[in-house]
Amino acid sequence: MSNDLLIKNGRIIDPANGIDAAGDVLITNGSFAKVGGKISAPGATEIDASGKFVTPGLIDIHVHFREPGDEEEETIASGSAAAVRGGFTSVVCMPNTDPPIQDATSVEYVHRMGRQTRKTHVYVMGALTKERKGVELAEMGLMTRAGAVGFTDDGSGVQDPSVMLRALKYAAMFNTVIAQHCQYDSLAKNGVMNSGYNSTVLGLPGLDSLAEEMMLWRDIQLVKKTGVRYHCQHISTAGSVELIRQAKAQKLPVTCEVTPHHLLFTDDACADYDTNYKVNPPLRTAADIEALKNAIKEGLVDALVTDHAPHLQSEKELEFVASPFGIASLECALGLYVKALIEPGIIDWPALINLMTAGPAKVVGLNKGTMTMGTQGDVTIFDPGAVYCVDTATFKSKSRNCPYQGWNISGKIEYTIVGGEIRYNSQQG
Amino acid sequence: MSKTETFKWNRKHLLGLMELSRQEIEYILDTAEGFREISTRSIKKAPPLRGKVVVNLFFEDSTRTRNSFTLAAERLSADVMQFSTKFSSVSKGETLLDTAKNLEAMGIDIVVIRHSAGGTAKLLSRTLNCAVVNAGDGYGEHPTQGLLDAFTIRQIKGSLEGLEVAIVGDIAHSRVARSNIWALTKLGANVTLVGPPTLMPPAVKQLPVKVSYSLDDVIDKVDVVNMLRIQFERLGSNPFPSIREYSHYFGLTLDRMKKAKPDIIVMHPGPINRGVEMESEVADGKNSVILKQVENGLAVRMAVLYLVNQASQELRNK
Repeated sequence: MSNDLLIKNGRIIDPANGIDAAGDVLITNGSFAKVGGKISAPGATEIDASGKFVTPGLIDIHVHFREPGDEEEETIASGSAAAVRGGFTSVVCMPNTDPPIQDATSVEYVHRMGRQTRKTHVYVMGALTKERKGVELAEMGLMTRAGAVGFTDDGSGVQDPSVMLRALKYAAMFNTVIAQHCQYDSLAKNGVMNSGYNSTVLGLPGLDSLAEEMMLWRDIQLVKKTGVRYHCQHISTAGSVELIRQAKAQKLPVTCEVTPHHLLFTDDACADYDTNYKVNPPLRTAADIEALKNAIKEGLVDALVTDHAPHLQSEKELEFVASPFGIASLECALGLYVKALIEPGIIDWPALINLMTAGPAKVVGLNKGTMTMGTQGDVTIFDPGAVYCVDTATFKSKSRNCPYQGWNISGKIEYTIVGGEIRYNSQQG
Repeated sequence: MSKTETFKWNRKHLLGLMELSRQEIEYILDTAEGFREISTRSIKKAPPLRGKVVVNLFFEDSTRTRNSFTLAAERLSADVMQFSTKFSSVSKGETLLDTAKNLEAMGIDIVVIRHSAGGTAKLLSRTLNCAVVNAGDGYGEHPTQGLLDAFTIRQIKGSLEGLEVAIVGDIAHSRVARSNIWALTKLGANVTLVGPPTLMPPAVKQLPVKVSYSLDDVIDKVDVVNMLRIQFERLGSNPFPSIREYSHYFGLTLDRMKKAKPDIIVMHPGPINRGVEMESEVADGKNSVILKQVENGLAVRMAVLYLVNQASQELRNK
């Protein structure tokens, strides 16, 4: 049997190469061999993709797989299975595990568990500072050598500007990206939801958008000084969009990402104290959603991410203030973006696919997210029209903290192909 | 009572006043009016909750509210279980739901919950089968306090329609303020919140109230002044420089009282920080209705327990 995989009759969308046309895709020995036109490859395994979209494998550069430390919530194995079910051929795990991913050994551990699971490519960002305390730099160099694709203290931001400046300066040695969860703790205090009318009447401590925007503003000044690649994680406010716009106008190496929940929910969703809507940064206002959508339309956003943050049911059943932040959405992400961005006509399919493939790959410096000849044959095949119902009971993820339960969405994943190997097939589940 | 005669109460839980209609609020007050008489009898007991179990589930220190609920339940002949603890899932003990479900398994009919976190009463109401009464959730709501304040004002003034009411103090961290805002404005009063900007909640401009940073500006115009307790335990970093400075601007002093309308009603939910929110002479003065509030609290809580129990039973029978 040959080592060929032939995907027939799909609509190929490969934004980085400017392709949006019907045709076939041939993957030979795990790499793209031919893209477009009618291809014949006797002996190849064939997939009929009639009526389906065939795109470079989707990439999510912001997931939490909880291993090591919180394996009851998610493991690299369960998270990887969830990823391919959601069409993702590459994910980047965040380092806020217990203990944090903060040395080369831990980076290698994550990679090894990913390889053993044989589902999606598993990459990892290392902690920016030791124990994510924002005081001393973590071993960026050794972690980069081990394959870490960037650094962040995600879950919290680096509070001290002198530490952040040092981190950016030091990172200049490594051609890496420094990512930040922008939030000043002194302003955020013990906030659990957006600060506004809803937090006022619910009597819950608010998270002011200033806490995000002031740190982003500060970081942009530091990037000006150092010139090192900087990525603002999950921007959630109109003010942040404005700051990103200014930074990009000045050609600074600043990128940003947006999650589905910040496009689909306002803080009205918290009105019933439902902890499935408790997320950090918090759900904001309709004006913020509009600003984020406009930013995506204008091309100011580089990547769409899920910030997949699995948590136990028992933790999400706690009081709103005590319950952990996070939404698990890896398995239904594509359909959520379709709902938020395609259905209202904000962007078209190639733009969406770009933000889920080449865009995020570029942020973390991966040579992925395209169907360029010779690169690894990662492909996602989905049915753009087929509507299905999100059912958390079918999740491969270990967690169920998903506010999209029962939603009817489209963009059903049919096949997830990693390095020419079918790692997920909707027929087999 | 005529205006509410045809009204039917059908809420099994009392979680907050924001979600209640004017008619519902008036119905509770009218019901409470009927229960006030029981406390004046020599045998202070009526049978409506006989054979029912009420649990006071208190995760926060409270003497007056807990005692008031206890007495209210006992006057209606319920069996009352006390469950007071400082432990909650916030402090990594047994989870709130586990505690509540365990109690429910013992066969309780009404849970009265006090908790330091907003939304806890709602959380219980979603999970338990029994009736839930919110006795204060963080700085969410304290519905029976809002009701007893409205009841007391109505008792003295006849109606709240068009009355000017000032609520003074730490609005941001006050469940009493929130429940008062909903109850009083729904009943037709105009509410002005008074306090330093650092003790105002973030979206105060979107609430159906006026805001003033000066007690001197409003004291001569209001019919009622409700002085909130400074919640020292809830304050984060100092929202004002000193108690002396706070009292200077927002304390209800005898001096300020001279500028007030002669029949102004002075209220306070208790416990009072004497000398901070108000001078002792004002707290004990002729305009003060602080003890009347406590007395009325009993009648209001009897009404609430009675009504939620009735609705709960009717739902079960269906």
